[in-house]
Amino acid sequence: MAAPFDTPELGDVEERRIPALKPGAMAESKPYVAAAVHQEPLGFPGVLEDGWEKKAIGHMGELLSKYRSLQVFMDICVKCGACTDKCHYFLGTADPKNMPVGRADLFRSVYRRYFTPAGKIAPGLVGARDLTRDVLDEWYNYFHQCSQCRRCSVYCPYGIDTAEISMAARDIMDSIGQGQKYCNEIIGKVHKIGNNLGLPAPALLDTLEGLEEDIEADTGVPVKLPIDVQGAEVLLVTPSADFFAEPHVLGLIGYAKVFHAAGVSWTLSTKASEAGNFGMFIGNYEQMRKISMRVREAALELGVKRIIFGECGHAWRVAYSFLNTLAGPWDFLDPRYPVPQHILEFTNDLIERKGVKLDKSGNDGMVLTVHDSCNVARGARMGDRPGGQFTIPRAVIKASVPKFVDMHPDTICEKTFCCGGGGGLLTDELLELRVKGSAPRMEALKAVVEQEGVTHMAAMCAICKAQFTKVLPYFGHDREMVVSVHQLVSNAIILGDND
Amino acid sequence: MTIFFAILFTVATLVLVVGLGLKIARYARTPAPLKIPTTPAPLTAPGVAFRLAREAVVFESLFKANKPLWIFAALFHFGLAVVLLRHVRYFETQVGPVIALIQPFAVPAGLAMLAGLLALLARRFVIERVRYITGPSDILMLVLLLGITVTGMMMTNHVHTDVVAVKAFFTGLLAFELRPLPADPLLIVHLLLVAALMIVFPFSKLLHAPGLFFSPTRNQTDTPRERRHLCDWAAKLEEKVN
Ligand code: HEM
Ligand code: HEM
Ligand code: SF4
Ligand code: SF4
Repeated sequence: MAAPFDTPELGDVEERRIPALKPGAMAESKPYVAAAVHQEPLGFPGVLEDGWEKKAIGHMGELLSKYRSLQVFMDICVKCGACTDKCHYFLGTADPKNMPVGRADLFRSVYRRYFTPAGKIAPGLVGARDLTRDVLDEWYNYFHQCSQCRRCSVYCPYGIDTAEISMAARDIMDSIGQGQKYCNEIIGKVHKIGNNLGLPAPALLDTLEGLEEDIEADTGVPVKLPIDVQGAEVLLVTPSADFFAEPHVLGLIGYAKVFHAAGVSWTLSTKASEAGNFGMFIGNYEQMRKISMRVREAALELGVKRIIFGECGHAWRVAYSFLNTLAGPWDFLDPRYPVPQHILEFTNDLIERKGVKLDKSGNDGMVLTVHDSCNVARGARMGDRPGGQFTIPRAVIKASVPKFVDMHPDTICEKTFCCGGGGGLLTDELLELRVKGSAPRMEALKAVVEQEGVTHMAAMCAICKAQFTKVLPYFGHDREMVVSVHQLVSNAIILGDND
Repeated sequence: MTIFFAILFTVATLVLVVGLGLKIARYARTPAPLKIPTTPAPLTAPGVAFRLAREAVVFESLFKANKPLWIFAALFHFGLAVVLLRHVRYFETQVGPVIALIQPFAVPAGLAMLAGLLALLARRFVIERVRYITGPSDILMLVLLLGITVTGMMMTNHVHTDVVAVKAFFTGLLAFELRPLPADPLLIVHLLLVAALMIVFPFSKLLHAPGLFFSPTRNQTDTPRERRHLCDWAAKLEEKVN
């Protein structure tokens, strides 16, 4: 287990403090390495074997020829340093290898050694290195200190996205038997059981029944949570944490109430009982595709007309930006709706058309702010205009609560900070990293709590919700301070007058 | 002397053109399998062209990131742009109106480059984070550009060279004819350094200039739901599995 650590002291968000470098501060931080039982089912070698160096370089060459992003990003960084103070993990840990360019250079130095004339002739001049065991260990540790949040890519003058480089590095490590346990074990569960949490179908049915009873006891309205219903209009694909954890499950209740109030028939699926797609975190196209195909198969089998995704950040990036590529074309669905849709697009549309009515007094006493999830903010969109991913969640929250305030402008929308737990890092052995990486968000939150009386922070991502539930207490907040957006809708929605 | 420079510039030009051409061809050929524009992103091709133009001309992202750096970058690059345009007169027999118009700006443009480069160099020693990521090649690149700038400015302002002869030499080269190059030390140093810059260009971070336009986070439209984006290798994968 990780050694004890100090929770970072929060500064003033206006000052935008940049820490002095502490080289090596996080050199020891690393997630558990995947064992053969987690590697082999995904088609990766079980352990690191002799000759891995050559294999890794071979795989690097292959990725360079398959991904323009990687090839271009390797060549064009001018080391200007514009990104150096933008990563939440650097701001929270002060480790220079957590500066985006510092992280990317761990990879770039190897690229230069094996793929560029300058690195072959004069490695010292251009900072090129052989791929040794020490370099591999450094890769493993620091490419698992990147949540692939893309904040660096907003500020880099050429849009260099360190997330792409982390994904490539993780894919190379998987291909030589140095995978990460947390991600690969979860992907195994998706293939075997159907979701990240490994909830088997009977447990799922049980949970949903229990929730239906709770809702009815609570509201007197028989709101249903249907699953595997043939011929439903909508297939809802949602992160499995929505079936299980708080505040996620309160969001799921919110979706159910919206569908009920709107009178739209919908269903969950035991086959696609997971919106998340950890194939993205490990940078593996084929895994990402395989996981996505479950959604296609479920939609075909159930004969639905629309697909809607629940609240989850990276899931929405894969769904919005990649699903059409990975599992399309979607010509068998109703062409009047985008495929897929986000539940917030669906709810917002209903609110605008007065298809559902909300009563803000359901959230009396709450002052809300919102945490834009990185993958939603910088890797996807909602609605039909750029930036809809910012306006739509805010519109839904504002319609549901009496008071809403935004955090500091440098920490929201496209400039949002990651929660600190994204990108396949939401595992206990990385707790120190997660707490420190959440500090920039916590600093901005603290300001609105103190100045505006904010009581709750809404999140629209399963990972953000789980991460905040865990780290908020380190900063003196109640763990229940983080709420689902649809939890707010759930509290405000007026049921039962739609017929 | 003349022959040496004739050969040097022929070689340097070949390296620059072929090297850069190969790199650009590689960037263009390598597929981008997934839609990864950094959002919010434009929805249309003209929108993307406008985004790229803003990045190339006013360094939009850099402006968001770091104002002092933006100022230094603008000083250097705008100075460079004017200087390079002014230099067109050494290669064109007929000088166009734009080139003629900016001829008077030698001194301000040179000074802007000089100031920008000195500030960029100073950053590399003064700011701890930038010092950490700076390698010898980053310093050398700035020193090389400073060398070119200083020798160029000295010629413009103090020790004039025979500009007409320089022009004759280069227009001659373009016509595959050897005409004498003035043997002024400053000019010789200026041209040696310029040749070095041309030769390292395709192998160095100077690739940022063409690379920006190939960066998928900047040059893609945000239309994944509207249009299916599928690259060749991914399409082959589909045939195999299905
Ligand atoms: C489309 C054309 C170009 C664009 C958009 C562009 C943009 C940029 C930007 C945004 C930076 C980062 C800020 C900075 O460090 O100054 C930069 C750095 C740099 N550029 Fe360019 N550039 C272009 C062409 C060139 C050319 C033609 C040269 C040289 C002959 C050049 C030389 C440099 C150098 C040396 C640096 C690094 C400065 C340092 O060490 O801090 N650029 N460029
Ligand atoms: C084959 C290419 C080049 C030739 C023949 C050349 C030649 C010259 C000459 C003859 C001058 C003096 C002008 C005068 O006395 O009025 C000059 C000035 C200058 N050169 Fe170059 N040069 C070349 C490339 C470059 C490049 C690539 C750069 C920058 C990276 C550069 C930067 C400068 C500067 C800053 C000045 C002073 C300002 C000005 O006169 O515009 N030169 N160059
Ligand atoms: S993608 Fe996010 S976590 Fe990774 S280096 Fe960039 S800013 Fe840091
Ligand atoms: S901002 Fe971009 S070009 Fe500048 S150092 Fe960072 S990655 Fe390199």
